[in-house]
Amino acid sequence: MLKESALSADSARYRRVIPAGDYWFDLVREGQRFRIVDVEGNQAADTLLFSAADPAERYSCVDTLRAQRNVYLSVGSALLSTAARPLAHIVADTVGRHDTLGGACASESNTVRYALEKRTMHSCRDSYLLAVAENERFGLTKRDLTHNINFFMNVPVTADGALTFADGLSGPGKYVELSAAMDVLVLISNCPQLNNPCNAYNPTPLEILIWDADVS
Amino acid sequence: MNHPHTSAPADGLPIYGTRLEGGKHWSLTVRAGTLMRLVDLEGGANVGMLFFNPLIPLERYNAPDTLKCQHTFKLTRGHCLYSDMGRIFCSIVEDTAGWHDTVCGNSNRALVKERWGLKSYQQYRNDWCQNGHDAFLVEAGKFGLGRRDLAANVNWFSKVCTNHAGDMTFDPGGSRRGAFVHLRFEMDTLVLLHTCPHPLNPAAEYPRAPIALELRHAPPVEADDFCLNACEENMRGFENNRLYRQCGCPPGGGGTC
Repeated sequence: MLKESALSADSARYRRVIPAGDYWFDLVREGQRFRIVDVEGNQAADTLLFSAADPAERYSCVDTLRAQRNVYLSVGSALLSTAARPLAHIVADTVGRHDTLGGACASESNTVRYALEKRTMHSCRDSYLLAVAENERFGLTKRDLTHNINFFMNVPVTADGALTFADGLSGPGKYVELSAAMDVLVLISNCPQLNNPCNAYNPTPLEILIWDADVS
Repeated sequence: MNHPHTSAPADGLPIYGTRLEGGKHWSLTVRAGTLMRLVDLEGGANVGMLFFNPLIPLERYNAPDTLKCQHTFKLTRGHCLYSDMGRIFCSIVEDTAGWHDTVCGNSNRALVKERWGLKSYQQYRNDWCQNGHDAFLVEAGKFGLGRRDLAANVNWFSKVCTNHAGDMTFDPGGSRRGAFVHLRFEMDTLVLLHTCPHPLNPAAEYPRAPIALELRHAPPVEADDFCLNACEENMRGFENNRLYRQCGCPPGGGGTC
C-alpha cells in the first residue's frame, strides 16, 4: 500500500547518508519516526531491530509474517519482536512492498549462490559483524544477527511455492517510514551485493532521517 | 542375520526408533551419514525443528539462506537445509508430503491460550497444551543456548501457501496419515525438535498428532545423488561441506566429521 508521509525533511532532527557497503547502528526512541530513503533507487536496506532495554528481544520475521498472515511488508505492518510485541510500525511507504524472507547476504551464502570464489566479496553480514564489534556498548554478537528486513527489495512468492528475486519496485527518492513502538536499536547494512539485481548491480547511498515524536 | 548388539546394522536398517506424541519436545545430536525418518502417524502432524553445529553452535540453520539458495518458499525432496556458514546440515532425500513450511515460526503461550484455552500442567498433567516457543527454549537450554539462539525453524508436515497478494493460508490437508520425510545428515548436527501444533493450525481442539522418528545408516552420497544435483547451488554447498570435513573439524571433534 502506498502512503506518503506528512513530515518535511526540513523538520527532521537528524539526517545521515549511509554510503553503499557501510552500516548505521543507533538508538531510536519510542515515538520517534525514522525514514529510510532509497536515494538513487533500487538499493536494499538490510535492517535489524532490537529492544534497547533487552536486546535479546529482537525483530522476528516469522512472528511478523504470521501475525499479519502476509509475506510482504508495507504500511500497516507491525514489526514484531521474538516476544510478539511491536518494535515499530510502518507508517509511510512510497514503494509498496518490502521483503523479509531473503535474509542478508553473507560471504558464505555467496559461495553457494554464485561461486566458491565469491567468498571474499563484501557482504551485509560482514557489515553487521563489524557493527557489533565497533559498538560493544550495545552488547551484541553474532548470536544476535538474526533474519532481517530487506527494505526496497522485491522477492515475490508464487502460488506453487517458488521464491523469485524480481526487479525492484523502488526508485530514486522513494522511502519507507517507521514509528518506534519502544526504544529500539536499529542496525542497517547498506547492501554491497554485486551479484544480483537487488541493488541493480550498482550499490548506491541510503539516507536516514529521524523526527521527534512531537514534530508534525 | 546380524545381531544388532554385535555388528553394525547394514545400510537402511534402523539404528533407533521412537514415537513422540503431539505437544512434546526432544533433542539429539545426529552424526553425519545418518538418515532420520519422520512419519506422520495419523495425519496432520507438525514437527518444529532447529539445527546447530554441536561443536560451534553459532553455526545454525538459516531459513532465508536455505530458501534463497534454492529459489523456493516451500521445502520438499531435493532441497538441502543450509547453515549460515554456507554448509548443508541435511538433505531431504524422500518426501511424500510435498510441502513443508519454514517461515511461520512457532506457537507461543499467548497464541495457544487464545486459540485452545489454557490447560495447565497442574490440572492436565502431560495432556497440558505445550507451545513450540517454550519447547525450543527448554531444549536449547540443555546445550547452553537461549533466546538469542532461536530463529526461523522448519515445520515438517505443515503446508502454508500464498496467493498473488502474499496472503498466507494454512492447508489442513497438507499431510496425510503415513506421510514421511527422510533427512540425510551431511554433517554432525544438534537437532532440537517439538511436536507442538503449527501456529496457523485452525483446529477447534489443540492438535496432538503423534509422529515416529527413526534413525538409520544412510547410503553414501553418489555422484548422481538427487539432492546434490538438484541445482548448482547444492553442488557448491556439498563442496563447502567437503572442505569442512577436510580441515574444519577439531581433531577428535566427532566421529565421521
